[in-house]
Amino acid sequence: MSTTTAQRTGFGAVLWDYLTTVDHKKIGILYLISGGFFFLIGGLEAMAIRIQLIKPENDFVSAGFYNEILTMHGTTMIFLAAMPLIFALMNAVVPLQIGARDVAFPFLNSLGFWLFLFGGLLLNASWFLGGAPDAGWTAYAPLSTTSPGHGVDFYILGLQISGAGTLIAGINFLVTIVNMRAPGMTYMRLPLFTWTTFVVSALILFAFPALTVGLFLLMFDRLFGSGFFNANMGGNSVIWEHLFWIFGHPEVYILILPAFGVFSEVLPTFAKKRLFGYTAMVFATVLIGFLGFMVWAHHMFTVGLGPAANSIFAVATMAIAVPTGIKIFNWLFTLWGGNIQINSAMLWSLSFIPTFTLGGMTGVMLAAAAADYQYHDTYFVVAHFHYVIVGGVVFGIFAGLHYWWPRMFGKILNETLGKITFWTFFIGFHLTFFIQHFLGLMGMPRRYWVFLADQGLDTGNFISTIGAFLMAVGTIVFLINVIVTTSKGEKVSGDPWDGRTLEWAIPNPTPHYNFKQTPLVRGLDALWVEKTEGRKEMTPAEPLDDIHMPNASILPFIMSLGLFIAGFGFIYQIDNISWLLAVFIGMGITLGAMFVRSVKDDLGHHIHKEDLDKGAGL
Amino acid sequence: MKGWMGKVRTLLLLSVLPLILSGCGKENLTAFLPKGYGAQVSLDLIVISLIVMIVVFIVVMIIYTMVLVRYRQKKGQENFIPKQTEGNKALEIIWTVIPIILLVIIAVPTVAATFNLADESDKDDSLNVNVTANQYWWHFNYQGEEIQTSQDLYIPTGEKIYLNMISSDVLHSFWVPSIAGKMDTNPENENTMYIEAYEEGVYWGKCAELCGPSHSLMDFKIVAVSPDEFDQWVEDMQNVDPEAEPETASAQEGQELFENSCISCHAIGSSPTALAPNLTNFGDRTAIAGVIDYNKENLVEWILDPEKLKEGNKMSSAPYLVNDELNEEEANQIADYLLQLKPSEITPESANNNE
Repeated sequence: MSTTTAQRTGFGAVLWDYLTTVDHKKIGILYLISGGFFFLIGGLEAMAIRIQLIKPENDFVSAGFYNEILTMHGTTMIFLAAMPLIFALMNAVVPLQIGARDVAFPFLNSLGFWLFLFGGLLLNASWFLGGAPDAGWTAYAPLSTTSPGHGVDFYILGLQISGAGTLIAGINFLVTIVNMRAPGMTYMRLPLFTWTTFVVSALILFAFPALTVGLFLLMFDRLFGSGFFNANMGGNSVIWEHLFWIFGHPEVYILILPAFGVFSEVLPTFAKKRLFGYTAMVFATVLIGFLGFMVWAHHMFTVGLGPAANSIFAVATMAIAVPTGIKIFNWLFTLWGGNIQINSAMLWSLSFIPTFTLGGMTGVMLAAAAADYQYHDTYFVVAHFHYVIVGGVVFGIFAGLHYWWPRMFGKILNETLGKITFWTFFIGFHLTFFIQHFLGLMGMPRRYWVFLADQGLDTGNFISTIGAFLMAVGTIVFLINVIVTTSKGEKVSGDPWDGRTLEWAIPNPTPHYNFKQTPLVRGLDALWVEKTEGRKEMTPAEPLDDIHMPNASILPFIMSLGLFIAGFGFIYQIDNISWLLAVFIGMGITLGAMFVRSVKDDLGHHIHKEDLDKGAGL
Repeated sequence: MKGWMGKVRTLLLLSVLPLILSGCGKENLTAFLPKGYGAQVSLDLIVISLIVMIVVFIVVMIIYTMVLVRYRQKKGQENFIPKQTEGNKALEIIWTVIPIILLVIIAVPTVAATFNLADESDKDDSLNVNVTANQYWWHFNYQGEEIQTSQDLYIPTGEKIYLNMISSDVLHSFWVPSIAGKMDTNPENENTMYIEAYEEGVYWGKCAELCGPSHSLMDFKIVAVSPDEFDQWVEDMQNVDPEAEPETASAQEGQELFENSCISCHAIGSSPTALAPNLTNFGDRTAIAGVIDYNKENLVEWILDPEKLKEGNKMSSAPYLVNDELNEEEANQIADYLLQLKPSEITPESANNNE
């Protein structure tokens, strides 16, 4: 009996620890768990889509429900799976890579996570409360403004709340990378993953406000009777498309650039060579980020913007292929002349190169406006963006997880299971999506609940569904791998891969304060520089001293919970005015928590140097 | 330019001929077998960009394979530390400049084709059709001809037809892959595109912008007939007598029922009414409601329960259904009436027979 009680208090303590934590490493784990959870939900939705399309005129799900599934698949995968999984890696790695003890604003880091989680939960609550949004993840007006029920309202409020979290996280990483770099860590010595995080954070800073504005206008149209997107009231639905894609296009670079960063870490480590053309890689990253803002209208070639606008956006889009090509060749020449060791992290990274090249090829093809009149809104586009988002982002997340798992959890993921995951997922992926290029041009538009019999689309769709099942198998094997590794895996050293960058200079497990003494960085691949000079550890930049750390706080959780409650109030107040009470209570909780945070001094705590050797903070 | 493109086309046709035969989709639906001007222009551009991109892919794959074969770790070399190269200026310049050149090869024809397909210089001298997209059907109003049809758009071959498109509700997109690429229909502004069919035939059209539950059931057809046949069709359509008495008794009953109920939304003969599809030539339609097999049984089922066949369509809220005023026999009579509405000799058959 006594042991169970002890365990229960143990569990309570761990739960409280994670609810209040402001430690970037633990927040990374929180992002990983919740992002992974939403990834599984999005995957289930994907399987429902593919089962519905396994044969012509199937009726596995109804037409209206199918639209809910496809909307939630897209929305979940982009906002609630890919983004948080990337934030998981950023949180786990970036402060370590720059030699910092935490991010610049640990409190905000926690707030960003809880906002994202409560936003995601609010959005998914729609399944149980009368139906999910059904206007596509792009929520084009007037379909979104006229969609019956509350589905789209959940979309608006859910994304608004989680979007605020993303914006906070972006600002936090910007400031962290500008201010918290260890002595000697100049910009041109930043590891590529940190560079991509930096550029991505800047993209978030400029792109997410466009989404915020768009969502507010949509909210006013739906909940308060305005007519921003209503042609009958003098509004214009095309403005929503612009606002959405001014956010939406940078968003795809927000997703892919960190994946590029992961590959730029994994490939040099396992080829035992420094990254080829580091400077070019940095400038290519910045250039992709910059051009990413100039091309949004290539999602709108068929909207009727006219040949001049279409041509300008076509050529601007093609221009992005140049820095992307530079990256591909730099990766290839990083491998050239190397001593390439192939493990799971490396399999994902190596397979990314041809897969993403295919996605890039179709990207250039799509940029040709007059050809896009055929591709647009067909399965060709579906194939293209899955090649870049799955073949780029998801492969990158898998590579990053295998690579940094020992840093995050102290153990290496099982190699055999890792390889099974890779091969089933990789083959399944190409089986699912390659054929879709052809389905699109053979006359299958996207977001089709059924395709008709005898239109030459049967075989392709069948193959595609088989592939989807293989991808599902791969994902399940990965989950088994996580469980097996956690329960049976052996603890490894702090530097299991013979790493090059600062995050591998720390013992395992990572101490709470990361670095006992802030390291002195003497070049690119800081740890490698020391290794080549025969040292095992970093040279410290400061004497051993007390370490200042931030205090844990439950306030971020409470603030987000308040907005979650207020979200329901906003949605239901059009049915019944008394729901405004929920708005007041929710906003009261949030503003009250903000007030407490403002007036209560929280100066953090110190870990004394005498205690460091005794294992404090481990 | 034209000759060079022609050569590329022939070359490609020869190399992909087996692929086409083994299935590049259904004729008159697939974009791989263009039967109209817009589809041809798009396919030419697709081919140019595909060729350039395949060259790039081959180069990448050659380097990739060499790297993996030559530099994979060999037994006993686990501790070998290779030379730490920082970069190579010459190489980096090469792989910056060559892609730029390749992109110019794609960009020039892209801009040319984009302006070409947006050309409206001979709009005033051509046949103009005003297209209205609705949840979930298409309305076609022949400008200056006093002809309206729904779902089936009759056009003459070998001529540019200008389509002025708008939506009455949410966004839709007009797409006939074998004839031309897409153009969205927006509720606030009219979009214009032109189509030209090279050969006679019945071409599948699809809605390509998510527009609600029955988005995938919003098909329509383009019926391309010879210019002579088209002129005759126009004449027939203009001379329709909307009140003409049907031959059978059942159809006469149906006509009366129709005129007491359906007519408040559906028009027969030329009419500005566009609340629901114009049924003037319903007897020659290729499908019921765009997608359902054309026969009497299905038509009766459709009349009695449209929601079952096409979720979310507006006929489901028609008064006769809300008040449950129509029995099966009456639906049968209406079907008899509708099926005999064949005002013209020119039908989809005429488009198919002229091979």
